[in-house]
Amino acid sequence: MWRVPEMAGFVVTANDLLVGDVIYLTPAQGWTRRLREAAVAPDAAAGEELLTEARRQPARAVGPYLIEVAAAADGPRPTVLRERVRASGPSNRPEHGRRPEDL
Amino acid sequence: MYSYDDFDEAFVRARVATFREQVARRIDGSLTEEEFRPIRLMNGLYLQLHAYMLRVAIPYGTINPVQMRQLAMIAERWDKGYGHFTTRQNIQFNWPELRDVPDILDALADVGMHAIQTSGNCVRNVTADHFAGAAGDEIEDPRPTAELIRQWSTDHPEFLYLPRKFKIAVTGSPNDRAVTRAHDIGLRMLRDADGAPGYEVIVGGGLGRTPMIGKVIRPFLPKAELLPYLEAVLQVYNLLGRRDNKYKARIKILVHETGIDEVREMVEAAFVLKKEAFPGADPDLVAAIEAAFAPPRFIEGLMYAPLKGKARVWATTNTAAHRHPDYAIVTVSLKAVGATPGDATAQQMRVMADLAERFGHGELRVSHEQNVILPHVHRAHLAEVHEALLEAGLGAANVGLLSDIIACPGMDYCALATARSIPVAQEIAAHFEAREREIGPFKIKISGCINACGHHHVAHVGILGLDRAGVENYQITLGGDATESAAIGERPGHGFPAEALIPALDRLVQRYLELRRDPSEPFIDAFRRLGMTPFRDALYPDGGTRDAA
Repeated sequence: MWRVPEMAGFVVTANDLLVGDVIYLTPAQGWTRRLREAAVAPDAAAGEELLTEARRQPARAVGPYLIEVAAAADGPRPTVLRERVRASGPSNRPEHGRRPEDL
Repeated sequence: MYSYDDFDEAFVRARVATFREQVARRIDGSLTEEEFRPIRLMNGLYLQLHAYMLRVAIPYGTINPVQMRQLAMIAERWDKGYGHFTTRQNIQFNWPELRDVPDILDALADVGMHAIQTSGNCVRNVTADHFAGAAGDEIEDPRPTAELIRQWSTDHPEFLYLPRKFKIAVTGSPNDRAVTRAHDIGLRMLRDADGAPGYEVIVGGGLGRTPMIGKVIRPFLPKAELLPYLEAVLQVYNLLGRRDNKYKARIKILVHETGIDEVREMVEAAFVLKKEAFPGADPDLVAAIEAAFAPPRFIEGLMYAPLKGKARVWATTNTAAHRHPDYAIVTVSLKAVGATPGDATAQQMRVMADLAERFGHGELRVSHEQNVILPHVHRAHLAEVHEALLEAGLGAANVGLLSDIIACPGMDYCALATARSIPVAQEIAAHFEAREREIGPFKIKISGCINACGHHHVAHVGILGLDRAGVENYQITLGGDATESAAIGERPGHGFPAEALIPALDRLVQRYLELRRDPSEPFIDAFRRLGMTPFRDALYPDGGTRDAA
């Protein structure tokens, strides 16, 4: 149902309940702050299955939804700007968007 | 300024205690996000793109040094060392963690602050002229009125679930610095022919996706009748405002669709009934509030020399006429070139607090233009204040000039945004910095979506960031005005991709410089004299179409 992260497809993202920061669903149905570790569904239908799984974890993830990603050299890259900003941090203070261990 | 009494203190503490329990229940899973969301919003807590965001109320923009230092402490202890002052005279912390928020709210309560009603469909933080109590042109200090409205509207049982949010602004000066004509209710203080104080009441203004200039519903309302009249307006809105479509739910839509005359009739009828049960605020309470805003004891007889060098240049833009001839109002620009408009570090907050204590009679204001005001500075102290601001990175001498840009957080932070605002503001400020004194007064305001938190509709040059097929595109409007001669800017043509925006603004500014009568004619006056055509031609040298974007 999911492919290796460097391929295009769909990823489930949400915000962490306690910290509020951006998280992605992993192949093991856990959550990661690194987009490159996210589970990538090959199509929207498979993505919906991932999303259903994410919604079973309301204690960790707030407001999960699907985003489209394209394949890039360093892993999946969101196709829309909003998600690229979420993935990389605010452009005026990019260092604030990611914890050092997540860079 | 007004200080909490026992009732205020108990009320705010109780709200914090309740919210602490609600946060704990959310974390342990007892509350779902669906259940928790309206609760956190009523306490000013949003979930934005990267993190939670806590919006803290600064009622009518008035804050004292102790409170400013507490904001600095919060920024360092629970955030990332800075805060963001907003176009509603609030401050936002962009990075709090959920578990810490009750502690932050307790820390705010320690200094008489809170985040109540900074979100939700209720009466929001009341805003006022940021020069209140100091302005040379002031008829009366608007802050006692704003404080009275704050007390009346906080937790008002009838008005906590309005059709949509509701914003009230008050000015005590004929020169409107509070954008009263773009609020749900705007109050302009004035006096009748006998000198009795009262208000011109404006209703149905607003920005957002349907910008409208407010209409006068009552040319003169006696001061004592304010609260029952506001209740009548709110009651009519609460009953008739649309709840089926959030985009048509603001009172401006009700006024527009129903007509101001019919709305006025309904309000006046409701007012007659209201007054019987509630003739107005207790005069003793009003007197106590007014006493809390008594002017400071100004220093008399202190000699001062004219400013020199950089301080003199800075004072031409960053000071304004004070009611006392030996004093000046200082605007501390939070718009240093390259900085994020409205951001201040914890250290900068402490510097401003120190300056307010040493040279400003302990008073500070936050402006809707995202700057901080020292309202009472003796002219003998201006050079020293300027020097301290320079050392703190707060010495930008650009208030009212092109780089003094209002910018909403945009897509760098806001979950609603469709494009970025902050980098655009930074780029424009850097590009025009060297020429902005030659250009003169010039108001650019940038919003990252049609909700218009950046007030772009009432800018001389407004910039609205939109998403066009996944690419940021910036729509320009010209001729807007936020003052007593308020106007909504007009679109001259299609939007610009980000890389084409600066060249377009360059052409626009160049055309203005060529066409102005002389350097004393600001852009907005030249625009009104010449109309849209020459400026549209400058923006679209190859021809532009009004509907292309």
